[in-house]
Amino acid sequence: MNAARCLIAEDEPLLALGLRAELAALWPDLQVLEIVGDGLRAAEQALALRPDVCFLDIRMPGATGLEAAQAMAEDWPEDTPFPLIVFVTAYDDYALQAFQAQAVDYLVKPLDRPRLAACVARLQTRLGDRAPPAQALQDTVAQLRLLLGSSMTASAPRLEVIQAQVGNLVHLVPVADVLYFEAADKYVRVVTAEREHLIRLSLRELLPQLDPARFWQVHRGTVVQAQAIATARREESGKVTLTLRGRNEKITASRLYAHLFKGM
Amino acid sequence: MFPAASPEIAAAPATVLAATRQRLRRRAGHTAVVMGVLCMSIALILTAIDGRGFGHKIVYSLSIGAACVALVDCTRLLAAWLADRLRVARGQPYAETAATIGWRGVIPGALLAMLVGPPIGLWLGDQLTGLQSPSILSFGETNTRITLAFSLVATVASMLVLSTLERLSSARAQAEAAQRLAAENRLRLLQSQLEPHMLFNTLANLRVLIGLDPVRAQAMLDHLIAFLRTTLDASRHPAQPLATEFKHIGDYLALMAVRMGPRLQVQLDLPPELGALQVPPLLLQPLVENAIKHGLEPKVEGGRIEVSARRESEGAMLQLSVRDTGVGLSQVCAPGSPGSSFGLEQVRARLATLYGEGASLVLQDAPGAEGGALVTLLLPLGPQ
Repeated sequence: MNAARCLIAEDEPLLALGLRAELAALWPDLQVLEIVGDGLRAAEQALALRPDVCFLDIRMPGATGLEAAQAMAEDWPEDTPFPLIVFVTAYDDYALQAFQAQAVDYLVKPLDRPRLAACVARLQTRLGDRAPPAQALQDTVAQLRLLLGSSMTASAPRLEVIQAQVGNLVHLVPVADVLYFEAADKYVRVVTAEREHLIRLSLRELLPQLDPARFWQVHRGTVVQAQAIATARREESGKVTLTLRGRNEKITASRLYAHLFKGM
Repeated sequence: MFPAASPEIAAAPATVLAATRQRLRRRAGHTAVVMGVLCMSIALILTAIDGRGFGHKIVYSLSIGAACVALVDCTRLLAAWLADRLRVARGQPYAETAATIGWRGVIPGALLAMLVGPPIGLWLGDQLTGLQSPSILSFGETNTRITLAFSLVATVASMLVLSTLERLSSARAQAEAAQRLAAENRLRLLQSQLEPHMLFNTLANLRVLIGLDPVRAQAMLDHLIAFLRTTLDASRHPAQPLATEFKHIGDYLALMAVRMGPRLQVQLDLPPELGALQVPPLLLQPLVENAIKHGLEPKVEGGRIEVSARRESEGAMLQLSVRDTGVGLSQVCAPGSPGSSFGLEQVRARLATLYGEGASLVLQDAPGAEGGALVTLLLPLGPQ
């Protein structure tokens, strides 16, 4: 077996150094490909470098470790084994201990040597008898789905009307008319049958204000009104392609959300 | 901009009617005991006077007592209902007035009970005993006059006792609620200061630094010790010198600078002549924490925080400001970020308690191309 390769995502430089030093002592063969300081770069570099193991801090600027893992799981190619994920957190916000020693592991800061050693031993075993890539990805996806579900912030008051500002003009768009929302950098595209608007809000801030029974998240960047979906076609990659009533474009549901579309 | 985070301590009644009903229900036991004892005494005294059947007297006595209590309480509920209607019609917020609480609240009911209570009670007694009492309006009969006199005295006495008990328990409940609120706020302040993420991340950095650079680790530990000591001391002192507050902020930012590395630049500006001014403890600290937590930590490239103090309005006011070059306000104010309002609301509430209208707190987008947020505090100087 080739030497294992890992990526460390941690925004506090000393902690990243510390983790690397501890890993060097416990797992001399492990090659640290890169240390990144924010969640966006974590996903980007993981997809580019394809490490075997990712240590992801939960609280990072740009995107949380969970969001980075989500982005990786959504865009990971089928032919490469999905990395083993270890979340690192100072305080257990996500009831992570439920996932200890599964497809996803977790560590608590400050790291203690015996716990890290146990984690390393488990990672080495898992890398040794790795399941086929597709299976490993499925396991991780299932756990990420649970984690993302449990991390949803308490629901805020429901939004009834979207106020989209263009210059001095504010368009009032009833939420019921919205076919889908799509994240676009710092904005969200609000698409209705007739036209589309941009609002200065992130999808993360918008989501708790939408009724989850009516608006389904189908991708980390897309939320669709369930009633607007006409058909769903399962692709070989595990993704699902959706067509909408009243719009021509197709929408992709990621493998994290593909379970939403099953025949009755 | 920030939703008011008024901590709900207990489900307080929102109408006078609900409050009155709650009060009546709470003192139902007292009412029964006071009424029973009074009626029993009256029946005994009357029996002693005319030497005849105690059994009928106790029935009549209790009937009159029950009628009086029912009249007083129903009048109070009616008055409360009316007060609610009036309040809603005038668009005023809920507040209990003297007219619905304490002894003044029972006067109308007591008057009514004195007039109407005895005849109703006598009629009730008649129904229970099958006897025929003489009409209460024929004042000729000695018995009737005695009954009337006793019911007057008894009603007045029992109402005085009950309303006093009620006022006492209401005052006690209020004092307890205020105490609970104060304790809860102290706890929340302490919790927000000793936030587990902050503590454990700081300790994690310290653990690494001990191996890498013991001298720097020792300096960091000194900042942590000073930070913890001031935080724990703060709830014990009403005021402290501004220099102490700046030292505390300095300790906190030194810890954050180790953690965030080159992502955080700090600039503290306290003119020496202002250092001795007395200010409430930990007033700036939550604002600095907000700037880090909601402004700079979420920003990938980090930024700068500036904390400054100066005199305003020809020396009559002290202006304190916290400015960051973080992500700015639009992202923070989203309803999806819980907890963001506590620090700010808590500072606002403390300012209002200490200075009334005299102080102000303004949160705005920072001017200039660097973006970020700016909080400005204005406090009156001089004798407080």
